[in-house]
Amino acid sequence: MKRIVAREEYCVGCRLCEIHCLVQHSKSKKIIKAFREERDSVLPRLRVEESGCVSFALQCRHCEQASCIEACMTGAMHRAPETGAVLCDTDRCVGCWMCIMVCPLGAIRRGPDSHVASKCDLCIGEDYPVCVANCPNEAIALREEDEVNA
Amino acid sequence: MNEKDRKDGFQPRQWLVEPDFVVERDPEKCIQCQVCVRQCANDVHRYDEDDETVSSDSSPCVGCHRCASLCPTGAISIKRSELDFRPHGNWTAAALRNVYKQAETGGILLAGMGNDQGLPVYWDRLLLNASQVTNPSIDPLREPMETLTHLGRKPDRLRLLERDGGVALATRIEPQLELQVPVMFSAMSYGSISYHASMALARAASEAGTYANTGEGGLHRDIRPFGDNMIVQVASGRFGVDSEYLNSAAAVEIKIGQGAKPGIGGHLPGEKVDGAVSETRMIPEGTDALSPAPHHDIYSIEDLRQLIYSIKEATLYEKPVSVKIAAVHNVAAIASGCVRAGADIVAIDGCRGGTGAAPTMIRNNVGIPIEFALAAVDSRLREEGIRNQASVIAAGGFRCSADVVKAIALGADAVYLGTVALVAMGCHMCQKCYTGKCNWGIATQDPYLTRRLNPDMATRRLVNLLRAWKLEIKEMMGGMGINAIESLRGNREHLRGVGLTDRELRILDVKAAGE
Amino acid sequence: MHREPYVIIGNSVAAMGAVEGIRSVDADRPITIISNESHHTYSRPLISYLLGRKVGDDDMLYRPPDFYDKNNIRAWLGVEVIGVDPRAGTLETADGRTIGFENLLIATGGKPIVPPDVEGAEAPGVFAFTTWDDARRIQEYIEERQVESAVVVGGGLIGLKSMEGLVQLGIRTTIVELADRILGATFDDTASAMARRRLEQSGVTVLCGNTVTSVEGTEEGLKGVVLRDESRIECSLVIFAIGVRPSVDVVRGTDIEVDRGILVDERMRTSADGIYAAGDVAQADLLLGDGKLPIPVFPNAARQGRIAGVNMAGGEARWRGGIAMNAVEVLGLPTVSVGLTSPGDDQCEILSELNEEEEQYRKIVLRDDRVVGAIFIGDIDRAGIITGLVRERIDVSEFKDLLLTKEFGLLSLPREYRKHIVSGRGIVV
Ligand SMILES: Cc1cc2nc3c(=O)[nH]c(=O)nc-3n(C[C@H](O)[C@H](O)[C@H](O)COP(=O)(O)OP(=O)(O)OC[C@H]3O[C@@H](n4cnc5c(N)ncnc54)[C@H](O)[C@@H]3O)c2cc1C
Ligand code: SF4
Ligand code: SF4
Repeated sequence: MKRIVAREEYCVGCRLCEIHCLVQHSKSKKIIKAFREERDSVLPRLRVEESGCVSFALQCRHCEQASCIEACMTGAMHRAPETGAVLCDTDRCVGCWMCIMVCPLGAIRRGPDSHVASKCDLCIGEDYPVCVANCPNEAIALREEDEVNA
Repeated sequence: MNEKDRKDGFQPRQWLVEPDFVVERDPEKCIQCQVCVRQCANDVHRYDEDDETVSSDSSPCVGCHRCASLCPTGAISIKRSELDFRPHGNWTAAALRNVYKQAETGGILLAGMGNDQGLPVYWDRLLLNASQVTNPSIDPLREPMETLTHLGRKPDRLRLLERDGGVALATRIEPQLELQVPVMFSAMSYGSISYHASMALARAASEAGTYANTGEGGLHRDIRPFGDNMIVQVASGRFGVDSEYLNSAAAVEIKIGQGAKPGIGGHLPGEKVDGAVSETRMIPEGTDALSPAPHHDIYSIEDLRQLIYSIKEATLYEKPVSVKIAAVHNVAAIASGCVRAGADIVAIDGCRGGTGAAPTMIRNNVGIPIEFALAAVDSRLREEGIRNQASVIAAGGFRCSADVVKAIALGADAVYLGTVALVAMGCHMCQKCYTGKCNWGIATQDPYLTRRLNPDMATRRLVNLLRAWKLEIKEMMGGMGINAIESLRGNREHLRGVGLTDRELRILDVKAAGE
Repeated sequence: MHREPYVIIGNSVAAMGAVEGIRSVDADRPITIISNESHHTYSRPLISYLLGRKVGDDDMLYRPPDFYDKNNIRAWLGVEVIGVDPRAGTLETADGRTIGFENLLIATGGKPIVPPDVEGAEAPGVFAFTTWDDARRIQEYIEERQVESAVVVGGGLIGLKSMEGLVQLGIRTTIVELADRILGATFDDTASAMARRRLEQSGVTVLCGNTVTSVEGTEEGLKGVVLRDESRIECSLVIFAIGVRPSVDVVRGTDIEVDRGILVDERMRTSADGIYAAGDVAQADLLLGDGKLPIPVFPNAARQGRIAGVNMAGGEARWRGGIAMNAVEVLGLPTVSVGLTSPGDDQCEILSELNEEEEQYRKIVLRDDRVVGAIFIGDIDRAGIITGLVRERIDVSEFKDLLLTKEFGLLSLPREYRKHIVSGRGIVV
């Protein structure tokens, strides 16, 4: 499968990834509307961490041995068989936050409007995750598993 | 006492200096995402936490377009300042602004990039030929088309021997650089441009089968693996020069002058001399890197010869030695001297050549255009019968492949690309290289800004540019019925001038259109 | 005698972890699951949501309905195992069958502690709360008897969860806790007080330092309970949630080593060949400190199950030590607790930040410059990073000051550790 990797040395901290992620997961999927009207009901699924001149985008890495899947008490957090992505089935999630407790990246958040876990879904249905497609400096890359340096 | 030196540190506001640009933000589109705030190194955009709004102050805007390029809703536009002065032929807005700036600061005016005074670009007044009927043109997609170029001293004559029923070459051929395209990246030092930019140039040169020039900043150890595609420079400051440096590259270039600032030295301020720069330049961290105006060991052609041969000795006569000079009034005679001093390559840098930082007055008023310099040098070397002894590289403001084709027809073996390579990497020509605040991460050492240039992307863009130019060069050659770049060199029959005076045509040794 | 390649006693988290572990090594040999509960594998913690009608029966399944088929599992549900013979490699069921096994996993979990010396504890209307059937019986009882008030004995995790279910049904609830505060095992005083305040704001009565000594009931139903201090509370429902202990009955009388739970090594092997134990029933190595203890929490059960499964199928996986951790929403107040949260000794350094108005509390316990415990209340979003530090035993001396700052994140961590997670393949923990 493919994995998202952050290239810390090239992230410029513009946060376009966050912006496009928010839009992608908004109802309207329209940037101006999403920001004007849906701001309270949608969160980006990734966050840019920044300190001084170092920054990087952080979203779920869809770990091989995913702690969140292991800790999820309903079975909502699961690995999609086709893509290998770690996804939260929001119909089954009850918002117990076990997954948040164990995610070592802090990549899962409490959903803003519904009581379910909110995390990167690799933009199901798009050719590329929007963060990858919209990063002006290719600081987020989607790479084949074996290209990722271990 | 100058107000600037006042003890309390008070910096009077520069009332006379007006903003160059106006930043307009479309309130319908702005979503307050603050991308612009994060991207402007000049603090034009601000976010007000209380009002939760983004606003702009145009005055420090340099027109680099970084914010507009990245704004996700296209809410920002940058316009030239609409503050018009009453028109005056002599007192143009630019002239007035320069005076205001100096009156406020008391300093030398500085500028980045090449001469922006709108001197005539003679390339635009030279037109290329194309075949019709009698000498058919060649389709580069169907027929082989050679753009391979060799730079270096060519023998006066070839001696061949018959051996074992075959023929063998008996003449020793001097070392040559082999270029897949007749263009190279010109000297841009690590220090004036960032590590990532230097790396991208080296990588692109190696991918495209040509060369990148280190400039006078030494060769960073990470770039040494690309040595086979590098030309290392020896300039008046001799930064980073040792025998390993000389031997790590394919050729060595002695820099005498630079088109953007002929006759003056260089100055890299100590703030830019960080650990890696200091190591590469072999000078203490934090010290100013001063390149003297002249080489203090070169006061004559004989002195130059001594340096050339010292370098040849140090590199076991295995690498061509180039001498780079600025295009100045007596350029032809100077070039001839260089060749006679033993240069295998002479690089001539015209007055539109770029730079990281030059005094505006020098940049705008010293030197001559490359078109005349090149024609004069090529003619002179031919007249003296020494044209074969050195290759000629033209440099200074080349913008497109047609400029390159015209330069070769005018007598160049190859062309150095400087500014255009920076543009391909993302430079938006704001001409503020000297401030060290390059918003595109190219001409800066600020770690916050240098990360903006991803060398993978920059390399890809440079390689794309060379690829595109190579295709266009072949197209133009095919049109002229020429299938090898060799046959175009100095072939001024393929050029015609428009809008040029008799005298200019004569110096260029080009016929007028219609002749 | 025919021997099944893989037999698992239990049908819950550890068992499912084991199935997934086995299947990661061995794709086809059949797996036999035997459980005394008759349901398809379900989520035990969801029973409180079921009780409170936040989820329905359909939502209870922990794995999809076709999970057994897809994984070539034969599930014997509603079948109790009554004994294991390690030497013969067989087990016996209550319905008289003997089954041979090559590999056996004991994943029998825990069972509720029955209150000792409480008079009337067998009366109708007194319940334990650990199974789906418990939840269903309580629901039926509530409907039948129109229950309006209840007493929950035990202010630990399960007590609170059952209380939450009851509150959601509009039942007036009292919690009786023997210790001087609720959630004493996982919270410190401050956190317990915050949780208590939440409960009281929602109308729950919390009585600490007290317990139920007798239950007053008649055939028609429950009347109330009497407490140690002889006070009396009227109620028509009592739930005892005073703890669970490992269900080790199946190995009683064998020479498999048992302490509190069944003792296992780092590959989840018991002292008998071919027999493994995992989950709440197992007593395995601790992450912090020496020795072994059962740590009955969900993530540990899942991981131990997987490790056991991998090893049973001939693969290699090791347990790196367990640690208590829990994420609980106390009537809407999100909380996370990990490891040692209120150390008794003074070798520990404590960082904490409290904002009572906003109901926010964060506390980090350090020993020898390593995080050994933490509590998060209110803002829990990045608690997992801290859990990661605990699990990876990262030296935090360099960035200790940042741990509680607002900006704390992966960026504050040592570059090597961070690189590994941020740009590497993700992490295998
Ligand atoms: C109400 C409640 C809420 C909880 N909430 C949380 C929470 O929020 N977070 C958390 O970390 N943990 C929580 N837990 C604890 C968590 O559920 C357990 O840690 C987990 O279920 C342990 O899994 P296990 O597979 O080891 O055992 P169990 O889930 O106890 O399963 C044991 C299985 O073995 C079967 N079995 C037992 N004995 C026999 C026998 N003799 N023969 C046949 N079958 C047998 C049982 O039927 C059952 O299927 C909660 C528990 C309860 C009861
Ligand atoms: S879009 Fe790219 S460069 Fe910008 S913050 Fe995100 S990762 Fe960094
Ligand atoms: S919050 Fe949802 S996804 Fe996360 S562990 Fe709980 S049920 Fe699973």
